[in-house]
Amino acid sequence: MDSYQQIIFKLKNYWAERGCVIQEPFDTEVGAGTMAPETFLRVLGPKPYRTGYVQPSRRPADGRYGENPNRLYKHQQFQLILKPSPDDVIDQYLGSLEALGINLAEHDIKLEEDNWEAPTLGAWGVGWQVMLDGLEITQFTYFQQCGGIELDLVPAEITYGLERLSAFLQGKDSVYDIEWTPGVTYGDVRKRDELQYSVYNFELADRDTLWKLFDLYEGEAQRLLALYPRAERKERFPLLATYDQVLKCSNLFNTLDARGAISVTERVAVIARVRKLAVGVAEAWVDQSAIEAAA
Amino acid sequence: MNLLLEIGTEEIPDWMIPDALAQMRTLFGPAESVRVDATSRRLVLRATGLAERQPDRDEYVAGPALSAPAAAVEGFARKQGVAKEALEQRDGKYGYTRKIAGRETRDLLATSLPELIGKIAWPKTMFWGAKGSARFIRPVRWIVALLDDRIIPFEFAHVTSGAESSGHRRLGKARFPVTFASYEQALRENGVILSADERRSRILNELPHDARPDASLLETLVYLTEYPTVVTGEFEPSFLTLPSEVLSTVMRFHQKYFSIDDGKGGLAPRFAAVMNTSGDPAGLVRHGNERVLRARFNDARFFWDTDQQRTLDARVEDLKHVTFQAKLGNYYEKTQRVEGMVAVLGGDAHALRAARLSKADLTTELVKEFTELQGVVGGLYARAQGEPEEVSTAIYDHYKPVSMEDSLPRTEAGRFVAIADKLDTLIGCFQVGLIPSGSKDPFALRRAAQGIVKIIVEANMNLPLRSYVRQDPKLEEFVLDRVRNYFRDFAYDEISAVLASGWDSLPDVRARLIALRAVRPTADFEPLAASFKRIRNILKQADFSNTAPPVADLLEDGPERELYASFLQIQNEIAALPYQPALERIATLRPAVDRFFDKVMVNVSDERIRNNRLALLNAISTEFSKLADFSEIVIQTQETKV
Repeated sequence: MDSYQQIIFKLKNYWAERGCVIQEPFDTEVGAGTMAPETFLRVLGPKPYRTGYVQPSRRPADGRYGENPNRLYKHQQFQLILKPSPDDVIDQYLGSLEALGINLAEHDIKLEEDNWEAPTLGAWGVGWQVMLDGLEITQFTYFQQCGGIELDLVPAEITYGLERLSAFLQGKDSVYDIEWTPGVTYGDVRKRDELQYSVYNFELADRDTLWKLFDLYEGEAQRLLALYPRAERKERFPLLATYDQVLKCSNLFNTLDARGAISVTERVAVIARVRKLAVGVAEAWVDQSAIEAAA
Repeated sequence: MNLLLEIGTEEIPDWMIPDALAQMRTLFGPAESVRVDATSRRLVLRATGLAERQPDRDEYVAGPALSAPAAAVEGFARKQGVAKEALEQRDGKYGYTRKIAGRETRDLLATSLPELIGKIAWPKTMFWGAKGSARFIRPVRWIVALLDDRIIPFEFAHVTSGAESSGHRRLGKARFPVTFASYEQALRENGVILSADERRSRILNELPHDARPDASLLETLVYLTEYPTVVTGEFEPSFLTLPSEVLSTVMRFHQKYFSIDDGKGGLAPRFAAVMNTSGDPAGLVRHGNERVLRARFNDARFFWDTDQQRTLDARVEDLKHVTFQAKLGNYYEKTQRVEGMVAVLGGDAHALRAARLSKADLTTELVKEFTELQGVVGGLYARAQGEPEEVSTAIYDHYKPVSMEDSLPRTEAGRFVAIADKLDTLIGCFQVGLIPSGSKDPFALRRAAQGIVKIIVEANMNLPLRSYVRQDPKLEEFVLDRVRNYFRDFAYDEISAVLASGWDSLPDVRARLIALRAVRPTADFEPLAASFKRIRNILKQADFSNTAPPVADLLEDGPERELYASFLQIQNEIAALPYQPALERIATLRPAVDRFFDKVMVNVSDERIRNNRLALLNAISTEFSKLADFSEIVIQTQETKV
């Protein structure tokens, strides 16, 4: 039986052999692997790119104090971008499952329609949830738009839910019982985070402070975005740092939401604020990439 | 000649497939015999009896006049590629009949098939290559196009047509040659059952006999698979303490499983799943599905237990934090409005209590997780928390009916809450300008209005719906449109005629429609309707709005007085008659009306006489339009023109 970390090693190896840049997790809080710049910005523009990385993804509202066997505040995704998508992309994906030791001849695989949309990012795509014996193990998406921009080359985004996949492979009913490495469980490594962040997100996070932080990060992103059009040497303009501010806003929004500090009315408005920033960065990024390519 | 077209794709959303097949058949056009089939990964069209080529045809080209200069005539002949002597003479002109050879079917198809594929309309398309490349529902990966087993060459979305198909992802070969005759068998050998009928009966045959029938789930699974096989599993009987609605929703909507009856009206601790493969020899698929279901049920139980810590009554306050719609406030406010509306409609204390608790389940974990159970969960919790049966049932049912086919709320209290809730949504949305347009109806207002109409008609309720919506003309029009739609089994003009005479009571509208439909085929009816139209025009032209009755003394003896007498008599008789005999009686007015128009002139110069005649016509028109406005009836001769 493969341990949790062996499963990750195998996925990394499998995709490394297929020409992917194996990246490390992005170091600012994100809600999904899609939000890391390796996906959000790299899918823009005409340049082919292939990358795979583990991305710890924070969803404050999904926290359950470590008490629910299937739900996590912070879960881990193996995020893969193949740009452009190869013709045999599904076969390659199914190959990755075989590489993990799943003998597909003995299992049931279905691709069920599941279109994906991230309103805060102005991104959407069409695709499937991949069901293995009734368990959703992967989200498979052909990106169509990102940052409100129609993509030059359609990438395939393949997102493996690592905890679910591992629980399946190891036959565990609770994510906390997953063997991370022999003698150490997922619970040993992560249960403390789950409890403490649930307490913070649901009970102790200070709404006023979070709102202030939101405004500050938003202000910084807006300030930078306003500077870009006038920048003399656009190729050195820090759009990546600008995008960090957007991600901070997104995570603060999620935390405020979990804290019950955002009414549904405000919700739409705040999503629009974050989206505006994300779209601004995406547009500037495309512009900057074109300048770089011409240089 | 025989045609085989197979469009091989990645997995197409199951619910889109039947419509796409119907479109392909229509787009292909008439042929001896066309058959369309599909699995999740292929759309197939087969046709037999195609001609090898179009028939040859003649085309006559007219040339210069017979009197034209010789040079012009020679020029024309040269252009046609014939000697001057070969020209024909017709209608004073030279001309020539050209033979046009029919194109070969193969060539035609090479052009028309890629067009056909591109013309299939999908709810949502995608591109998968570079920007601006072809769009389809999912990536096209191979195309088979054979005419009598020779390839029809074309390209669609950078895929070149060929003679090789592809099998089931795991049970078949990735590439294998096919012919028209061997196609279905070759697919079968490669793990694909082409016929949806066969996949359907395979599932039905393999399902346990006590599986609960579910036609729409069955169709989903038929098109989600290429080789369906049923696998059954079990779950711990302890989960049966959860309400069966919750269990079957988890199985149906989240896992696409069939529930299984215990033979006593409840659920057995078993389920049936449909795999897309040939079997489960090692039991791994069964085991996997059982584990997933266990996790799902554990979640549901966790939510159920958590939710019980706070009663619905206490949760009503929490609705202040749940927004109904940005401009329409929160659900607490909506709840208050719905309560007020239930009171206006005449609901009793149970209905009022149900209205108050109706939205409280929106704050529960179970509804957040399984949104399709809103209302149902509220009803279950109300019962668990000791609310009276009338209250819990009303909450349980208040989203009903969710479609034209769905049943009504079972109790009167439920019907009041259901109507009040929908009516409030309609009035509110229209007030703030959220009016459906085209296919955009994010608040499902059409369904809400349709639901209200359905409840009122089918529960025979005496509710003046119109009076609740008439303050907003756009809303009134919208609701009226739903009324028309509800009665769409009746002829359009009959609906117009009946509605023009009022729709304060919808059960009454139905009664009048039934009567009108019954009377319509009788001999006198349509001619009388034509006369009413004429009366209406005359009154309109005269701009006549005086509602005073005609003065008997001013009537001329003969047809005018006879018409008046018939009018009085019929008016008198129908007062006590049911609708159908009443309409039959009204139709008997026809000869009198006809004679009147034959012999009597309305527009006479004596103003008193003229106005009295108009008053007579007006009285007839007004009195006999109470059941239906006959001038709305489209007379058959006119209908045939359409």
